[in-house]
Amino acid sequence: MATTDQSLNAPSVSVGMSRKPKDQGLARQQRIWGWIFLSPWIIGFILFTALPILVSLAFTFTDFTLTSTQEMRFVGLDNWVRLFTDPIAMTALGVTLRFALIAVPFGILIPLGMAAMLNSKNLWGKVLWRPLFYMPYVVPAISSIFVWQSFLNGDTGWLNRILRGVGIAEPPNWIQDANWILPAFMLVGVWGVGNAMLTMLATMQGVPTELYEAADVDGANPLVKFLRITLPMISPVILYNLVLSVIGLMQYFTVPYVMTRGTGNPGNSALFFNMYLYKTAFQNANMGYGATQAWFIFIIALVLTVALFGTSRRWVYYSSGD
Amino acid sequence: MAAITQSKAVNTSPWYSYQLRKLAIGGLFTMFAFAISLVYLMPFGQMLTTAFKNAGQIVGNTDGLILPMSPRTFTYEGEAYDIFNVPDENGVMRELALINKGRQSSEFVDPANPDAGLITWEGSWRTLDTAYEFEAHPENFPEAWRLIDFPRVFFNTAFIAIVGMVGTLLSSICVAYAFARFPIPGKNIFFIILIGTIILPGQVTLIPTYAFFASIGWTGSWLPLIVPHFFSNAYNVFLLRQFFMTLPRELDEAAMIDGAGPFRVLRSVIIPQAWPAILSVGLFHFIFAWNDYFGPLLYTLGRSDLWPISIAVQQFNFQYGPRPELIQATSLMAMLLPLGIFIFAQKVFMRGVVVTGVEK
Repeated sequence: MATTDQSLNAPSVSVGMSRKPKDQGLARQQRIWGWIFLSPWIIGFILFTALPILVSLAFTFTDFTLTSTQEMRFVGLDNWVRLFTDPIAMTALGVTLRFALIAVPFGILIPLGMAAMLNSKNLWGKVLWRPLFYMPYVVPAISSIFVWQSFLNGDTGWLNRILRGVGIAEPPNWIQDANWILPAFMLVGVWGVGNAMLTMLATMQGVPTELYEAADVDGANPLVKFLRITLPMISPVILYNLVLSVIGLMQYFTVPYVMTRGTGNPGNSALFFNMYLYKTAFQNANMGYGATQAWFIFIIALVLTVALFGTSRRWVYYSSGD
Repeated sequence: MAAITQSKAVNTSPWYSYQLRKLAIGGLFTMFAFAISLVYLMPFGQMLTTAFKNAGQIVGNTDGLILPMSPRTFTYEGEAYDIFNVPDENGVMRELALINKGRQSSEFVDPANPDAGLITWEGSWRTLDTAYEFEAHPENFPEAWRLIDFPRVFFNTAFIAIVGMVGTLLSSICVAYAFARFPIPGKNIFFIILIGTIILPGQVTLIPTYAFFASIGWTGSWLPLIVPHFFSNAYNVFLLRQFFMTLPRELDEAAMIDGAGPFRVLRSVIIPQAWPAILSVGLFHFIFAWNDYFGPLLYTLGRSDLWPISIAVQQFNFQYGPRPELIQATSLMAMLLPLGIFIFAQKVFMRGVVVTGVEK
């Protein structure tokens, strides 16, 4: 048994001339099998990721439509010029970036707060709380949108009834009010923090207890321990969630599309970039201009991601083991 | 004797108060968490109560009742009259049916004793409180079920979700096996590219993919929602690969010595050990497909017979906007299955989230 193990584990070490061709054959065979098993991903990557990205870029220089019978024409930079002079596109970009600016910090702080709460040694019945706070994440987006639409209704919604109950005579008319619709979407988004909370919580539970014990010896209070130990130790997960949240917000679509019935009203205050893209490419069938918008938002997402990773060296702590 | 009691008291006192303090802090903190969870889950409450109301219980109900309640009535001489809480001279409340409304005084009848005749009460009846009773309307659900053609919609969604799940399992298991076990040149670079696709914004591939599916006649069918899943998915591959890496290689090697080929090793050695990871990938996909909105919007919008539940519920609600009770009933029906699956499999499910989210 021991000898067979050895010969299998270290075929390259054995230098016997007679064995070499067989080992090479085995290694080659293993490589071929490897390519076979990898092939679904490679084919899928080429077909549904790599090629579409390049074709999408090519489309930005054409007037490609799906409906017209005309031949596709090369139009140079027309689409790009049009994009930067299109007031609606710039409005939509503004809405998206403004929303990201408020939604990203909340999308980190709320799950962070929840995770800290569920990680507290003072909490009873921990196993019950975790699924309870995660649960809204598995509710279909379409259901949570209609549930929140009713909850945020200016007259009959429970939120405004509570606000009136605590003495706010005229609470905001959330999704009908251009100034309040983005905060309203943020509230809806609170139901989407489950994954972020769970990953933060799991990382918090993995922080070595010696660190906290050492801090206890130094007489650190809970807040200091959280800021000086917990936060740095979970910073890689915070970075990961930050990146995912920025990318997700650049693609934000379903909530504003369904809540405003595709209009982005009142007054384009909820016209997100992706809704405009959908309108351009699929409702107006203007694929060339749609692809330009898609590449534009892709570049913005890329710049933001690179910027996040760039700042990460200042605040993300990687323990030496990784 | 006294000294012993004394010393015992001295010893237990700090222990006792420490326990009490811990108990108090734990209790307060848990109550705090409970309050937060109530706020967090409150919209579900409005959904549930609205889904059981009828139109009369909702309309004009700005500051009305939370639960589905209706005014109680009493039938007197063949007609229905509303019941009010009426105070008598001593301030004791009685439930009386209002027969003749008057500005200064009104006439009531006691439902418990209608034969006693009319009772005259001095004062404006408008100041009185209506007596309500609980009156739920579960018939909203069969109505919504019928209007939305739920069995067909359910079949459509389940078909898309299950076939896609089979596809992503078959392909992701193979790809993860390749990453975990085979000496492929450039494997690390491939793996980094694979992980990179997780943070690739979907729009950038959207239009050519759509144009491609349109050119081969697949728009207006389920194929674009199913076939791409047969080419694996970065999250799933990552989760399965992490799991496969923890499995001991000795078992693979023993099987290989017995003459098993790579497929045989995968089927008989790897897969039987990897059920937790496979289960969580399958559940992820099922819930993703069940909840997906954008894909079906793009590819099935024009074909109402192909709609999965997300599109059907949305279209239904655009159509039945003035019927909030039906909207909430359909929203509830759409979330029951994913919620049920989550509740039964929450350990496996959350374990998978942690692996994909934390270990990268």
